[in-house]
Amino acid sequence: MALTDLEVQSAVAFELNGKPVAVDAPPAERLSFSLRERAGSLDVKVGCDAGDCGACTVLIDGAPVCACTTALGQVEGAKIETQAGLFAEDPAARSLAASFQRHQAAQCGICTPGMMVAAVALLRETPKPSEGQVKDALGGVLCRCTGYRKIVDAVMDCGNPAENPTGGVGAPMARIDGLPKVTGTERFGDDVAPAHALTLRLVRCPHHRAAFEFGDLERYKQENGLDLILTEKDVPGENRFGVIPGFEDQPMFAVKETRFKNEAVAAIVAPADVVNALDLSLFPVVYTPLDHALVPDEAASVPDLHSGRSGNVMCRGFVKHGDAEEAMKTAAVTAEGRFSTGFIEHGYIEPEAALAVRVGDRLEVRCCTQAPVMNKEGLAGLLGLAQDSIRVIPTAVGGGFGSKLDLTAQPYVALAAWILNKPVRVTYSRTESISTSTKRHPSDITMRIGADAEGNIVAAEFDGVFNTGAYASWGPTVANRVPIHASGPYKTPNYLARSAGIHTNTAPSGAFRGFGVPQSALAQEPLYDDLADALGMDRLAFRRKNALRNGDPTVTGQVFEKGMGILECFDALQPHWNRALAEAEAANAKGGPVRRGVGVAGGWYGCGNTSMSNPSTIRAGVTREGRIVLHQGATDIGQGSNTVITQIFATALGVPVERIELVGPDTDLTPDAGKTSASRQTFITGNAARLAGEALRARILRLANVSDQAEILPGDGVLSVKDTDGAREIRLVDLPADNSTYVLETVESYDPPTKPLDENGQGVPYAIFGTTAQMAELEVDVELGTVRLLKITAAHDVGKAINPLLVEGQVQGGVAQGIGLALMEEFLPGRTENLHDYLIPTVGDVPPIETLILETGDEHGPYGAKGLGEHCLIPTAPAVINAIKDACGARVAHLPATPDKIRAAIKAKSKD
Amino acid sequence: MQFHRPETVEHALSLMADGSVSLLAGGTDFFPSRQGQTAREPVLDLSRIAALKGIAKVGGVWRIGATTTWSEIKNAALPLQFKALQLAAAEVGSIQIQNAGTIAGNICNASPAADGVPPLLAMDAAVEVAGPGGVRTVPVADFITGVRKTALAPGEMVTAILVQDAPDGRSAFLKLGARRYLVISIAMVAAAVECAADGALAKVAVAVGSCSAVAQRMASLEKGLIGTAPGSDAFMDLLSKAELPELSPIDDVRGSADYRMDVAKTLIGRAIERACEGRA
Repeated sequence: MALTDLEVQSAVAFELNGKPVAVDAPPAERLSFSLRERAGSLDVKVGCDAGDCGACTVLIDGAPVCACTTALGQVEGAKIETQAGLFAEDPAARSLAASFQRHQAAQCGICTPGMMVAAVALLRETPKPSEGQVKDALGGVLCRCTGYRKIVDAVMDCGNPAENPTGGVGAPMARIDGLPKVTGTERFGDDVAPAHALTLRLVRCPHHRAAFEFGDLERYKQENGLDLILTEKDVPGENRFGVIPGFEDQPMFAVKETRFKNEAVAAIVAPADVVNALDLSLFPVVYTPLDHALVPDEAASVPDLHSGRSGNVMCRGFVKHGDAEEAMKTAAVTAEGRFSTGFIEHGYIEPEAALAVRVGDRLEVRCCTQAPVMNKEGLAGLLGLAQDSIRVIPTAVGGGFGSKLDLTAQPYVALAAWILNKPVRVTYSRTESISTSTKRHPSDITMRIGADAEGNIVAAEFDGVFNTGAYASWGPTVANRVPIHASGPYKTPNYLARSAGIHTNTAPSGAFRGFGVPQSALAQEPLYDDLADALGMDRLAFRRKNALRNGDPTVTGQVFEKGMGILECFDALQPHWNRALAEAEAANAKGGPVRRGVGVAGGWYGCGNTSMSNPSTIRAGVTREGRIVLHQGATDIGQGSNTVITQIFATALGVPVERIELVGPDTDLTPDAGKTSASRQTFITGNAARLAGEALRARILRLANVSDQAEILPGDGVLSVKDTDGAREIRLVDLPADNSTYVLETVESYDPPTKPLDENGQGVPYAIFGTTAQMAELEVDVELGTVRLLKITAAHDVGKAINPLLVEGQVQGGVAQGIGLALMEEFLPGRTENLHDYLIPTVGDVPPIETLILETGDEHGPYGAKGLGEHCLIPTAPAVINAIKDACGARVAHLPATPDKIRAAIKAKSKD
Repeated sequence: MQFHRPETVEHALSLMADGSVSLLAGGTDFFPSRQGQTAREPVLDLSRIAALKGIAKVGGVWRIGATTTWSEIKNAALPLQFKALQLAAAEVGSIQIQNAGTIAGNICNASPAADGVPPLLAMDAAVEVAGPGGVRTVPVADFITGVRKTALAPGEMVTAILVQDAPDGRSAFLKLGARRYLVISIAMVAAAVECAADGALAKVAVAVGSCSAVAQRMASLEKGLIGTAPGSDAFMDLLSKAELPELSPIDDVRGSADYRMDVAKTLIGRAIERACEGRA
């Protein structure tokens, strides 16, 4: 009886991926922790520690379970399989990995281990599953990047021996960095710490705003065997950071008073086992809760969070074009309304994580980041170190979507490692991640739009208030960008738009896919439906009529002679629109509580920073051995820049893409490619890569004295160059080397041509706008207020699709986030701080998505390519909201459109 | 730190005698409540006790062992009276949660939104409890006494769920949430019925979850519905006029109280209709 009774702690023995292991650890420990930290299975990912995300899915005796809700002691004698083990041992898993690569089913890759493990369990029982079976099997694993469709495709297509073509611009090749993601060898922010690294945990204030005083910290440190306690007094540099010059207002540790719930006041550092056993509620700190404001309406009633920002107004944005007030009087019809959205959490499955190691007088920081160079600059300021004393080496990033631009966990481990001269690691819990990371700005928008009797827009007036939270982060960017975009991609001759960012005692709002534009589209696009209805016009025809054409001025007076592709997007939707309307009419003729609806919305987004220099630099070289190396500093957070930039470079240089070796990102090895944000990498870093490829090609062709049409064939220590006159060989060993690394090296930069905006917001804010139109088909159960999505059709003018599969992946992922924004997501400080109260779409919530890729070219983009990352979620939510209204007549103006709000809107309408 | 893995109920009870241990079964509620911390108190793992596993019919009573997982319930060959419970099993979290989470864990966790509770209430199930004083049986309706509260006395544990065999019984379960999979319900309804040859309800039991601190049977409505045919004018009339006094929904992040009352009626009507049709 007592044989399996671990009253006396002994090692827990089990089989891990076919090999016997014995783990000597507390048996009540989470199996996920034991597998990762004690058995070396870093392919088991941790996303929530609550069974909510499925990233840690492993097979225990063949059944998929969450390792985070299993105790180590429970698996004595069991057989455990993880992604890496399955890939090594199970032919079905290898076949699945190939299918994931073929379909680009892994984007960032953080959910991939859980997805593949769950899928293998299905495929073992059901080799040819239906879509429904796949969804049931994968319903427990959350993905925030892909929109799930390619994962479902990959599972259903498992066993297909086809392979993707490889090639430069235009080839739908598999991700260059994809293999580690599907084999379990990718290393994310929490996967790179050496065994002896100390663990850091933050002490956070549980109140929205509080004054605080510490007790005896030294005694707490001694009693608990800690290596270090950090507070604001230990910050050697300036205790504030930020991302916009002049708005660096966020302290690393709060000073005397906190400004939002779960703000850090201190950090403790100790070995992991000490930290995991610690009850931080006993930390010697006393809080005195203070009055707080959670919404902009309350902001004037609390003291200014930051001096110099009177009334808690952080900043305002303004664009004026023509005379909206006068023109509105001439409108035959007007539509107006008030619309709001809540905080939206990025919901990447990888929580923030970082490792810092002191190397002599330098610090090396490994972290999941979208902006390594900005991180380096911020860390230098906080630590009082020179920038070149800090090296930031991004790990694989398990999703970012804007929030991993800002510093989060990095400064704490950097400071601790600097002081202790030992490696220090930190990983945020899911609750820490949700409650402290930046959010999409809640919006409160009033908008009015007028059209003449023929359906031409004559004027639009927009007033948007954005809750920017306790700190500025990217709030100024949102305030600036929204007035430029709030017209939508439509001719609006008279326009007045105001925006304001207001501080409250909440997590800071920052960058999130679209920087405020999705919120403004949720006002403008529903009003376009109202106008079309008032005019008796077809909703798509009304949009088409007003769509910006090349040669039309935008609301900032910018005129594009090429590349304004919104008309093409609407035209691409037309046949789908006709079909969908007919099908909805037929379905609704049958009666019943389930009503079909169709909605459409347009969207646009300016690529890159607004009227600001934001260059990217690419370095590339040829070694004496003939290796071609691309130093690519654009962080790939799953969107595909490693692949896209390489494809562009290979095309520009004129060599097969397989010949390019990638280095970076690493601030010591790669020049600054700027941040991965604002849909700028394909456009801006892509252009730098094109210029670098072209420059290197020109040098090689000059060396060989051949024509521009010559073909470069890299070989072992040689470059063969062939044109119609024959072949020549450049022996690299004979050339004088540019430097110790490369015989031939090139460094090229690109900065998009923009112009400042004047006091009325007139000017050239962006060199490129990408455009999109999407259509949603859905059913509303009018008795329950529930929505079932049937299909999303997404038309996108990407100028030129560098990699069409990556385009589809971006679109599907953006659409899924748009669905979440429309139907279910809202972060409420202190209430939805985990992944079972904060809901993001599951595999069951994303319908088939048909992507219509349009390539109308562009004046500035590399090979005509534009950015895409943000565009794809902008029209989704308004298309869904418009489709709900089409189905049941009810408009939900305050998102998310949860079943209770839809039902309330239906009941309110039936009372009218 | 102690971690016990007894193989018999008797051993488990003896280990529980001093009152300091935490019980662990599937772990799906045990771990989330602990955030990043490892349990410091002694833990008693129930998963090695064979007597707590499996489903069997003994005499006229079905016995579902306490640590029977939702997957085992979902995949078991059970008569139609268990359809609601099996549908609920398929709605518990995800496959990962269903493979680990246990039926007794679900009722002992005593969440207002426990998926397993409405079907058990509708079937008049009972909870078999073992403790220092021996074995006792408590109706599910009396077992869960409030939010996160049960009738378990110190030193007691659940050993099984007991359900009377009902060969003519049919049932259905509907869960309403804001997304598919991994979702805590806004409202849910289980209906257990027996229908006469003419389609009229001969027996009807309806339980509603997530609309009160503890899922509730709709006793007064049930009485009125006997003899009506689901979907008939009489049935719909009774349903629309029902006040459902047993429910006391709250406003929370998932939905408003008004909404819950509103949709509870719709779900009740649909669940009874589906139960009678013998479909999901």
